[in-house]
Amino acid sequence: MTLSPTRRNVLFLLLALAAALVLVDFGALALGGVHLSLGEVWAGLLGKHPGSEASVIVRNIRLPRILLAMLVGAALAVSGTGLQALLRNPLADPYVLGVSSGAALGAIVALWIGGRMASATPLTAFVGAVLTMSWVYMLGRRAGRLSSYTLLLAGVVTASFLSAMILFVLTLLSTRDVRGTAFWLMGDLSVVTDVQIKFITPAIILAIIALYAFSKDLNVLLLGEGEAAHLGVNVVLVETMVYLLASLLTGLAVSVSGAIGYLGLLVPHLGRMLVGNDHRTLIPAAAFGGAIMLVLSDTLARTVVSPAELPVGAVTAVAGAPVFIYLLRRTTG
Amino acid sequence: MNELQSITIGSTTHGAGELIADSVAFRFAQFAISPISLKARAGELTAIIGPNGSGKSTLLEILSGHLKPRSGSVFLDGQNLHTLSPRERARKVGLARQETILLFSFEVQEFVRQGRHPHLGNSLFESPEDDRWVEWALEKTCLQEFAHRRVMEMSSGEFQRAVLARTLAQRPRLVLLDEPTANLDIGYQVEIFRLLRQLAKSENFVGIVVTHELNLAAEMADYVVLLRGGNCLTQGKAEEVFQADLLSRAFRTPVLVDKNPSSGRPRVTWIAP
Repeated sequence: MTLSPTRRNVLFLLLALAAALVLVDFGALALGGVHLSLGEVWAGLLGKHPGSEASVIVRNIRLPRILLAMLVGAALAVSGTGLQALLRNPLADPYVLGVSSGAALGAIVALWIGGRMASATPLTAFVGAVLTMSWVYMLGRRAGRLSSYTLLLAGVVTASFLSAMILFVLTLLSTRDVRGTAFWLMGDLSVVTDVQIKFITPAIILAIIALYAFSKDLNVLLLGEGEAAHLGVNVVLVETMVYLLASLLTGLAVSVSGAIGYLGLLVPHLGRMLVGNDHRTLIPAAAFGGAIMLVLSDTLARTVVSPAELPVGAVTAVAGAPVFIYLLRRTTG
Repeated sequence: MNELQSITIGSTTHGAGELIADSVAFRFAQFAISPISLKARAGELTAIIGPNGSGKSTLLEILSGHLKPRSGSVFLDGQNLHTLSPRERARKVGLARQETILLFSFEVQEFVRQGRHPHLGNSLFESPEDDRWVEWALEKTCLQEFAHRRVMEMSSGEFQRAVLARTLAQRPRLVLLDEPTANLDIGYQVEIFRLLRQLAKSENFVGIVVTHELNLAAEMADYVVLLRGGNCLTQGKAEEVFQADLLSRAFRTPVLVDKNPSSGRPRVTWIAP
């Protein structure tokens, strides 16, 4: 189905998706180790009965986590959408260019040196992400400009090298720390601080809006670099900016929550099924779709084996694979 | 018989409604295009023919203003195309080459809509005028019923019409097509060329086609340019260019040239080996 990209339709889409997101959020705030009623959730949000168990659960425990899930889900989904267009490859995901491996290595090195899961790991993870992003960018240039083909190759090679380095460092860690990093590597939304939220919220929102500004150019870029250039697109600028913004979104997401898989690959495709290929409707659909998906997955992760928690990356993978297979059968059937 | 023909262009007025290439030359590694000059008029169809590797596609890229020549300039309606920004150029020049069908399934009307991109300016969305031109382009190429079909589902001939529609939607003053009828059956070949010639007249743009279909070029083009090895062997009306000895040498195989009985235009036939 194709939703015609007009201003009115995009606004309508945004409102509908925001409403769906709010509903999902309420559900997520209510469910968990301790089930709350919607009334208690509402009271907790409004700040009534501060200090009550419900209020503490809602405001201090679940709300920050759900906020993080929304931001990270949106960031990964939009990053995946941008990279699928940039690389003209429906199998691209936010991790294909190695940024997540760089972030993971950064976090693990901090662990190795610091000796415990310090609060500095998001910082070192982000530094790792930025360094990898710059490295792959330099490697992916051909005759002074970005070529999607060499970029993909540079990213894949870098990712696999970094993964090998991660395994190497893992062998140097104590067993307890290894288990801790494994949990982080699979995606973990439980470690969230106010500082992190304060920093990544504006960063992710701004990056998504900036990427959206390139949505009409991304449509044309899908025709091919030569065709896009002949239609007046500044291919060098668009490719560079989309690369930077997508990598930034991935780096931000991974440095606070680890490498949550499948979202960045699947949500763009689900978005295409919902609204079509035009990025002017697809990017908003992906952003909200990613937020909704991750909040749902995280809620599942928290409740299914309560009081223990599954790593959210495991939930997205276990749920994601069948969804992907279903999509595959639908399009080829 | 002229081996090398060059037209000296007076440096005075470069008129409106014309494309003028003034001694454009190019070089890349072993490949070179010697200075070529030509003039193509609005409302007319010009064909560029020649063997593979003669520089036809490269010349087309230079004429589009996209590829910078080593020397010489290209003027459209008196304006030097290489001084324009890509977006300004895309508003005047439409270049369509061989395209692979996309991995992502766009609808035909979305595909044609891309032609309006150079006109969108800072706005993210199309204006009603843009929508009208998309409708117009679909109508001119008889694709209205296909508007909501997926581009991937079309046959090659239909897809080629869609590419033409997208180029038309740009409302260009210069339309350049690189082998628009490769891999198409005779019916589609004739249809595309006829459509091009008719549209060049009705919309008054300069139409330039690179093609291997020698007889279609002879039939439909108002002006023909024959290239070989980066040189212009000759250019002029079909009757002047389609000489058996010239073509035999250019294409490395003996041919004979007679007249198409239905139209009187030159017709090329290869001599049986």
